[in-house]
Amino acid sequence: MIKVENLNVWFDDGYDRVDAVRGASFNVNQGESFGLVGESGSGKSTILRAMTGLAPTWSGRIEIDGLALHGHKRNRDFYKTVQMVFQDPYASLHPRHSVDQVLGEALHLQGFRDIDTRVVKLLDDVGLDRKFRFRYPHQLSGGQRQRVAIARALAGEPKVLLLDEPTSALDVSVQAEILNLLTDLREEHGLTYLMVSHDLPVIGHMCERLAVMKSGEIVEVMDVTQLRQMQAKHPYSQELIGVSVAH
Amino acid sequence: MTLLDVQNLWVKFPNRQGVFDAVRGVSFSLGRERLGIVGESGSGKSMTGRAILRLIRKPGIVQADHIALEGRNLLNLPEVEMRKVRGQQISMVMQDPKFSLNPVMRIGDQIMEAYLLHNRTSKAQARAKSLEMLRAVSINDPERVMRAYPHEMSGGMGQRIMIAMMLIPDPKILIADEPTSALDVSVQRQVLDIMDGLVKERGMGLIFISHDLNLVSEFCDRVLIMYAGQIVEVCDADKLHDAQHPYTQGLLQSLPRLDQPRKYLPVLQREDDWQKAPIAGDQA
Ligand SMILES: Nc1ncnc2c1ncn2[C@@H]1O[C@H](COP(=O)(O)OP(=O)(O)O)[C@@H](O)[C@H]1O
Ligand SMILES: Nc1ncnc2c1ncn2[C@@H]1O[C@H](COP(=O)(O)OP(=O)(O)O)[C@@H](O)[C@H]1O
Ligand SMILES: [Mg+2]
Ligand SMILES: [Mg+2]
Repeated sequence: MIKVENLNVWFDDGYDRVDAVRGASFNVNQGESFGLVGESGSGKSTILRAMTGLAPTWSGRIEIDGLALHGHKRNRDFYKTVQMVFQDPYASLHPRHSVDQVLGEALHLQGFRDIDTRVVKLLDDVGLDRKFRFRYPHQLSGGQRQRVAIARALAGEPKVLLLDEPTSALDVSVQAEILNLLTDLREEHGLTYLMVSHDLPVIGHMCERLAVMKSGEIVEVMDVTQLRQMQAKHPYSQELIGVSVAH
Repeated sequence: MTLLDVQNLWVKFPNRQGVFDAVRGVSFSLGRERLGIVGESGSGKSMTGRAILRLIRKPGIVQADHIALEGRNLLNLPEVEMRKVRGQQISMVMQDPKFSLNPVMRIGDQIMEAYLLHNRTSKAQARAKSLEMLRAVSINDPERVMRAYPHEMSGGMGQRIMIAMMLIPDPKILIADEPTSALDVSVQRQVLDIMDGLVKERGMGLIFISHDLNLVSEFCDRVLIMYAGQIVEVCDADKLHDAQHPYTQGLLQSLPRLDQPRKYLPVLQREDDWQKAPIAGDQA
């Protein structure tokens, strides 16, 4: 479903050039959940941003659902296939748009007509009571806001969700609810996930395979069984696993 | 030995509907130890820390039977005296260091200013002392850091600089509010080691506020668990995993674990009576 080959992403402001991602390659199969894990600044978000056209300067090959991406312009078909959920649902929701407006607008952009029925369906899908429909972001808890952001991403019935630290800003109790929701949604809608997190246990819980990143490079790709049995090969992955199971 | 004793602390915010109690009857004491405060966001951790220093902004109200620093009730001190306590005896490191540092002033000037505020001494002496403080928090190029502005520092550096500033008056108590939440695990370790050294070498008392149960159980000596403004449980940090209260147990169980694969994570089932019943005896 997703093919990334020798991806390089850099930022260049004329003085300083930052090579944020160097030579990254991985594949994500249809229906699979794949994780990118590593410390902050290691280039995880930049990979997702290159896919969505938010990081314009890149080279290499990115293919999603059989289509190769070029440059940083993404057409409507792309957003029909791929949607993104960010870490901070507060920043990604317009403060003066109600839940109804947020979802209504997303549905409208995707060309749907039966918006009323679909808004109600989306709320049900993400486990939000209908009483929240006309509320504004500041009237919602962090977990409820993240449910709205997920509902918005689901509006166009995408095949792929790019999830950038979707629960890092939430309490662990709320994180559990959102991760359970994502587990159910993947099953019900046959979604493919590419999920970024600095939290290895979260990635281990959600993903069948994962790539460990350090300083812009993928140092190792492994499957979750190897992770759980602590069979990482690269010393950096071993260190990361070490601090995650020390508890 | 007790450094700080807090008895029946309340933090109240009057509003149109009545009064919102952010902290409800919290009691605990602190010795020369690492005391953790954990709980979900909104449970009253920060307000507890700030109330000790009387840093609750109006219209918020702080009430307590006493907040005693080595026997002296801070609640009765005039504001001038309280400012000395804040500067010299109890320091607080806030969650986001970038907000606490002055963005348009070089870091060195800020540290030296803080030092000169507390010590009658020459600028040269203040400079030497500032470099020493930066080295004490494992900054190995202190000269460069002195010349830099806050925005040129990473989160981890910023946090270490804040801790260095807080150490200048050699406080008896350090209140650290989520000091490592924005940091990577490796940097987090370093910052914790620094604070650990201060408790061991200087006999400081540390109040370590965090939402990370595993971190607190590893790093602290004792833990207070807060829910809806109250302490629901107190335990030895290394026994956190044997916690009795269903809230504490629920939080721990909701964490994904590499050694325990499962399809769904247990979700916390909140009970009404967690809000009503403060723990028996309340001998924190
Ligand atoms: N717009 C940008 N301009 C310059 N550098 C950037 C930009 N965005 C990210 N970077 C740099 O790219 C690197 C990788 O960042 P990022 O992908 O956000 O890391 P992660 O998501 O793993 O925390 C970092 O060094 C970061 O500072
Ligand atoms: N200025 C204020 N007015 C009203 N309520 C406030 C104010 N500041 C904080 N609160 C409330 O007090 C409660 C405790 O907050 P806080 O101590 O910051 O929680 P924590 O640090 O545990 O996340 C929260 O419900 C918060 O919304
Ligand atoms: Mg990121
Ligand atoms: Mg807080």
